[in-house]
Formats: sequence, structure tokens, C-alpha cells
Amino acid sequence: MDYFLDEQQKTIKALARRIAEERILPVRAELDEKEEFPWDIVKELAAADMFRVFVPEEYDGLNGGCLELCLVVEELSRVCSGVAVTYAASALGCMTLMEYGTDEQKQKYLPDIASGRKLSAFAITEPTAGSDAANIKTTAEKVEGGYLLNGTKQFITNGGEAEIYTVIALTDKTKGARGASAIIVEKDTPGFTFGKKEKKLGIRTSATRELVFKNCLVPEENLLGKPGLGFIQAMRLFDRSRPGIGAQGVGLAQGALEAATDYARERVQFKQPLITMPVIQNMLADMAIQVEAARALVYAAARHVDSGARNVTEESAMAKVFASDAAMKVTVDAVQICGGSGYMRDYPVEKMMRDAKILQIYEGTNQILRNAIAVNLRKRKARTA
Amino acid sequence: MNIVVCLKQVPGTTEVKIDPRTNTLIRQGIENIINPFDTYAIEEGVRIKEKDGGKVTVITMGPSQAEAALREAISLGADEAVLLSDRAFAGADTWATAFTLSCAVKKLDKYDLIICGRQTIDGDTGQVGPELAEMLDIPFVAYVSQVEEVKDGCLRVRRMIEEGHEVIETTLPAVITVAKEINVPRLPSLRGIMKSKSAAVQTWGISELGADESTVGLSGSSTQVIKIFFPRRVHQAEMLEGPLEKQVDTLIDRLKNAGLC
Repeated sequence: MDYFLDEQQKTIKALARRIAEERILPVRAELDEKEEFPWDIVKELAAADMFRVFVPEEYDGLNGGCLELCLVVEELSRVCSGVAVTYAASALGCMTLMEYGTDEQKQKYLPDIASGRKLSAFAITEPTAGSDAANIKTTAEKVEGGYLLNGTKQFITNGGEAEIYTVIALTDKTKGARGASAIIVEKDTPGFTFGKKEKKLGIRTSATRELVFKNCLVPEENLLGKPGLGFIQAMRLFDRSRPGIGAQGVGLAQGALEAATDYARERVQFKQPLITMPVIQNMLADMAIQVEAARALVYAAARHVDSGARNVTEESAMAKVFASDAAMKVTVDAVQICGGSGYMRDYPVEKMMRDAKILQIYEGTNQILRNAIAVNLRKRKARTA
Repeated sequence: MNIVVCLKQVPGTTEVKIDPRTNTLIRQGIENIINPFDTYAIEEGVRIKEKDGGKVTVITMGPSQAEAALREAISLGADEAVLLSDRAFAGADTWATAFTLSCAVKKLDKYDLIICGRQTIDGDTGQVGPELAEMLDIPFVAYVSQVEEVKDGCLRVRRMIEEGHEVIETTLPAVITVAKEINVPRLPSLRGIMKSKSAAVQTWGISELGADESTVGLSGSSTQVIKIFFPRRVHQAEMLEGPLEKQVDTLIDRLKNAGLC
């Protein structure tokens, strides 16, 4: 289907696909098996200017928006969702900086993120604050010379590997979520260490780790925007990043559809290739419909975000929910079509199925996001009633 | 350091069809790529530039669409590009091609090192590199697998030979042809691609080169392709089947019958 991408968007998508096929495909099974962070691939992505895509021109970026980011994420996910999330998490880690940071703060950090010399990461989740994100406990006490951080962040993508962290912490714990602020913390700051590295079901090449703050002093100028706005900034950030998770789902589902189609063409049972059997044809057709519908919604939501619309909560939640559910369904069916072989690690589809599950969980579980969509429906109805 | 890389645009497939009337490749509907061996030449040129400074100029001879190959080379790090394109250049054999390239190289301000791929995947002759060196009357090293040092007008390289390698030192300027063992060509960058789209590509024809028409293209070629054909299949393989012992017996019978044992 023609999505009317412009020349630059087509170029970005085509190059991301080339990197995925030529550099990631040969090592994806090994990356998954060894659970090793894909530094070599990160370097390839950096050399190809992929980290510049989401950064403004004045900070050495290429000025892309949500759609451009989605195109890269989709193509990387088509081959390896673990690499894709590593890339996307670096965008997530600096989006609050890009939106609320001063020129000085941006000058200090963005060029290194754009060149790929440094990765970034975003940290809000805590042991007590998953879906209930407002229930964070990490504090950033105002002291002489800056903020003193104490607490533990959990399940942080790029944790331990990134150099630049945007951390949501309470600068005023008496106010709860309204006392939260976004603060930049650099890797080697004294008092900032890394806890357990998680062993995961899928996206195993990506790093997911605890961040531990013990009397970690961060200079005052690392505060992003005004104190007390951290929670709102984080919610706004996720509204804009969720199409990216949708794009991960689109790419993953696309990869699974292609793998299942290839298998169905080659596999002969009852003296005929699977693909000539109506039951398989119907499954493949349903998969293709899911993939294309997900892609259409994700691109539309990304364009809505890029249009500068004030409220994008519903649209981006819809794109994330639909595309991640599609990815789960399509990858499960891909394993089913590939049968016993599909269940084996010699074939790529079992990895895709494992990788898909997280998409329904992170950046807002699909249940929480359906709640958000429903709340908006109710509010609108209440206004017009 | 002024580095010149000569490259050729070739069909991106091995399933080429031959026009039975003209004995030339049918290029219609086939995607063209940079000759894969030449991508190693571009990469090596760019690496030397990144290490020692200077610039990389890419040159190709071909129809106007060969400009795409030059733009791709720019996206990979080349700085300047020259397309040698003229009706008079058509039908050139390796000699006339090398001559035309040599005219272009001489027209450049300055050149220190000329790098070519070891051969093309369509013609497969591997002749243009050495012929070019001969026409420029400068040293030549083939099958280079490593550039060890470029210093003070000298070049030290490692070249592949059948049972190992040779280390050769030569003065510059020189021509080398490179083997695929020399490096892993990079992928283009987004900035590189954007730069390549707007970069200027010079086109030189016969008048710019100041060459005589009788020395280029078909008329400057001392060889001409008379016929291209698929060799008649004279060998046939037969797969023996059945239990191993029976296969061995059959094989011995066949060899005896053929008078081979």
C-alpha cells in the first residue's frame, strides 16, 4: 500500500531495512541466545546516522518526527525486535530533554546522542510503580549544590549501557505525583549504580536493568523544565512515543508473516505445499490483514503526533494497543503454521513470538491504555450530553 | 593524498540475456549496481582518506545512468565524481576503456593512488587496472589484500599470491587492484545519501578529454566480440542409486567399460 512517504522517509526506511538484513539478520539468533547487548549493531546504526533521525537539526540531527522514528523501528523490528527497542529506548530517553530542555541542556547532550556515541534511557518504573506509575518512591531532595537522589528504578531499558538517563523522581514527596520532576543523571555520577540485569522471555539482546541511587548528587541544572511537572511530562512523553511501540509490533508481525509465508510455500504435506491449502491460506490472509491495518493505524497516529496536535493520547494508545495485539496474534499463528519446526530455535518465529509479548505490557499495558481510551470516550459523551 | 577510484556499473544479476544481433547485454529491466569488487576499492580509498587526509575522486565510463553508481559512491564517502559519457565511447573493449580512463586521470589536477576492483562481474577480464597503469606509465600491484602504509610518496601493500602473500613497496603514483579480502565495505549513511543527491557530478565527453575518435570506443578497440554463446553441454552426470555395495559394483563396471581401469 502506498503511504505517501516523502523522499527522505523512503530513504530512511530503505537504509534501515538494509542494515537489518545485512548486519542484524546474520547475528540475531546469536544475540538472542547469548543475551548480549548489541554494541556492534549500535555502532552500525550510529555510522548510518540512524540516531540522528529523531534529533533536531540544530543539535546535529536530521529533524525527523514520530513517523520517521517509527519507520526505523518498524524495519529493525522486522528482523530483531530486541535491537529495535535498544534503538527506540535511546529516543525515549532524550524526548523529555528535547521537549522541555533549555538550549544549553540540549547542546550538552543531544549531539552525542544524535551521533550514537552515547545512548540514553528513560526511567520511571519502580518496584511499586508499574501501571500505577504515580506511585513512585525515588526522591530527589533539594540540597545545596543540586538534588540528592535516593531510590531504585526497575526494568530500565538500556540500563547500564546508556550514558544519559532521564529519571523521574520526587522533588517534593509530600505532593505525590505532583511533586515529581524529570532530572538528567549521567552514568558515572557517584552514588549511581546498576542492580540486577534481568533475564527475559524475549527481546533478550536488549539490556533491562535496575538503577540504584544512593545519595547521588546531581547538579541543579540537570532539572528538565519546572519542578513538579515530571509526572505530566512523562505522560506526555508516552503519548508521543507509543506509536513507536506500535511500529515495533508492525515490524515484528511483518517479519513473522514473511517467515510463515516462506515456510508454507516450501513445506509439503499430503503431496502439496501448505500454501495451497485453504486453511493455511485463510490464516495467512488474516495475518496480512492484521499487519496492514496495524501499519495504517501506526502511520496515521504518528502523523497525528507530528501534526502538533495538542491531545494525542487516544490515537497513540489505539495504535500501540492494536499493533501489539496484532503482533502477538500474528506471531502465534506464524509458529502454528511452521508447526514443529516453528517451535524450534533453528527457525526465527519462536523468537518473534517471545519478542511480541512485551509489546502488550510496556509503555502502558494494553489494559491500562484501553482504560485511557474509554475514559476519553466517557468524557466526550459527558461534555455533549 | 589524491585518490582516484575507477568503478563500473554492472547488471545486478547473473541471469543476463544477450542480444543475439549485437552480442551485447540486454540491460532493459535489470537493476544496475556498482561492480561488487569496486565497492572494496571505494571503501579502501575512503579509509585511506579518513586516516591520512586528502580526497577521493570516483570515475566511471558508461551511459548517463551510470551517474547513479557515482552518486552511490559519494554516499559511501567519495568526494568528487566524474562520468565519462559520450556516444564515441560506446563499444569499448578493455584497452579502449583503459585508454579513456587514462585520459581522464591525466586531466585531473593531481593523482597519487588509483584503486580499481580486481575485475568486474560482467566482463571478468581483470585487464583494465593493469592496462591503465601501463598507459599512465606508473607502477601496478594486483590482488592487494591490505594497504599497510602510505607515506612519503611510497606505498606498502600486501598482495595475495597462490600460496601466501607478498609485501610490495612502490613509489607513488601507482595503480592497485584490490581483492575482496581487503575490507568490509560500509553501508551508506543518511547524511551521505542526502549529500550524494545534491552533489555535482561532472560529465566529460570526447572533447573534454581531447582524445581522437579513433582511439576510443569501438574504433579504438583492438578486440571485438564476434559471438557470445552458452557452451554446448558435453559432460553428463549420472547419479548411482541403491545399496552402497551395488553402487560400487556399478561404478567399477562403468570404469572398466570406459577403459579407465
